[in-house]
Amino acid sequence: MEYLDLIFQETYKILFLLVPVLVSVAMVVWLDRRVWAFVQKRQGPNVVGPFGLLQTLADALKYIFKEIIIPASSNKIIFILAPIITMTLALIAWAVIPFGVDQVLADINVGILYIFAISSLGVYGIIMGGWASNSKYPFLGAIRSAAQMVSYEVSIGIIIINVLLCVGSLNLNDIVLAQKDMWFVIPLFPMFVIFFISALAETNRPPFDLPEAEAELVAGYQTEYSGMMYAMFWLGEYANILLMCALGSILFLGGWLSPVELYPFNLIPGALWLIFKILFLFILFALVKAIVPRYRYDQLMRLGWKIFLPLSLTYVILTASFLFYFNLLPTS
Amino acid sequence: MIAHAIFFYVFSIIAVVSAVMVTVSKNTVHSVFFLILDFISISCLFIMIGAEFLGMIMLIVYVGAVAVLFLFVVMMLNVAQQTNQWFISKENSNHIPIGLLISVVIFFELIIVIGGWKYKPDLFDKGNLSIVNDVSNTHSLGMVLYTDYIHIFQISGMILLIAMIGAIVLTFRQREGVKTQSYIKQISRERAEGVEVVEVVSNKGVKIDD
Repeated sequence: MEYLDLIFQETYKILFLLVPVLVSVAMVVWLDRRVWAFVQKRQGPNVVGPFGLLQTLADALKYIFKEIIIPASSNKIIFILAPIITMTLALIAWAVIPFGVDQVLADINVGILYIFAISSLGVYGIIMGGWASNSKYPFLGAIRSAAQMVSYEVSIGIIIINVLLCVGSLNLNDIVLAQKDMWFVIPLFPMFVIFFISALAETNRPPFDLPEAEAELVAGYQTEYSGMMYAMFWLGEYANILLMCALGSILFLGGWLSPVELYPFNLIPGALWLIFKILFLFILFALVKAIVPRYRYDQLMRLGWKIFLPLSLTYVILTASFLFYFNLLPTS
Repeated sequence: MIAHAIFFYVFSIIAVVSAVMVTVSKNTVHSVFFLILDFISISCLFIMIGAEFLGMIMLIVYVGAVAVLFLFVVMMLNVAQQTNQWFISKENSNHIPIGLLISVVIFFELIIVIGGWKYKPDLFDKGNLSIVNDVSNTHSLGMVLYTDYIHIFQISGMILLIAMIGAIVLTFRQREGVKTQSYIKQISRERAEGVEVVEVVSNKGVKIDD
């Protein structure tokens, strides 16, 4: 009975986290399309529900009732597994995101490594989908994304090292609490910019959406997918984007801390501050999508390996020497 | 404790079965996927014994980077051509004795190491490692690696660097006639070398782009 109780409790907690995440993914898709439309002086989805808020639900309903077509020459098991893996990986990473001092599902010691590991597994959904489709465009998309995501992971890893040097712990709550006096975006501003751009590349957002470049590859790795399986890819992608925004706000924007420790701001709960910061970063993502044209593939690789990697490595040395010289290295 | 045991057996069965499937499965891409499954269940086992840092690093390095490169190479092979010739085919059966020899040697090495560690623990010099319980896994790993074994650590880093340079030197070749974009050239273009004002004679035209 004890185990059953424990399992029920944990399931309740997990649902309490996952349902809001899924709902906010739906809302955020709407927000993305609205921002995109406003930049281009269009209206965007504004018909279904108030301000068009229920547009994504209508879309999802449509996807659910569509027929799932599995290509005859595809590798069926892997073809079906790919969207499931994308979706699952995008959701399980939320387990360690802290929304308050003790408002976290799993307060593990190596939280940041866990998120990094899960986001580095994200490439498998795309590779499996592209390979199992047994078709040229998906395969090209999969190969592109494998190279792209592996290269940008390297710079994200080194940026995380920068932050960890200032914190001295891998726990996400410790990272947030270390920013009590000053958010890391101030001393590590160049790293924040590089992190933002690498996160765009890591989540295959424009201007780095080469795996699904519609002008060259139809829809890249998702070309052969239809119905609910396509929708799962799509939801997983947006859940991943939200996760990257959450990671950016935890690493650089102080997570659930309020910007100033003054009276009216103190009353707002930390979870709301985190949500505000995630939304701020997400609107930046949406603006970038609307403004910037797509990169060419060789430019993408050059940016990752020849510019971001040396810059972030140099910044690691700078941060370490600064902390060492002024005796600010965290002790634990 | 029972839950712990159940999880341990689940993960180890998955690990062993997928390790067998890596060698047995006919499709090369499938065996890479089984290898990935193996890595993941091994890292779960690492986490279960409390080595969370090692487990995560296993996921990041092996699953996130090394296996992606494996997949990258294997997917390029023509799989349809490969399905017919499995490991006991007539043509390449002369590789089997050598393979067997190597695997027997590795097997005996494993027996010697594990047997020695199990039945004669004082056979190996453990040095002066003291297990401290009040610091985290990551912290104590860092302490051991960067204080006691710093030279070995540095030397292994050097070896990896040399291997990397060697791989680059072996595969690097300068190809002729490849057009690449040079940003410095583009930026440093001046009006004088880019634009030319030509007097065009009527009914004759000018010759451009010779």
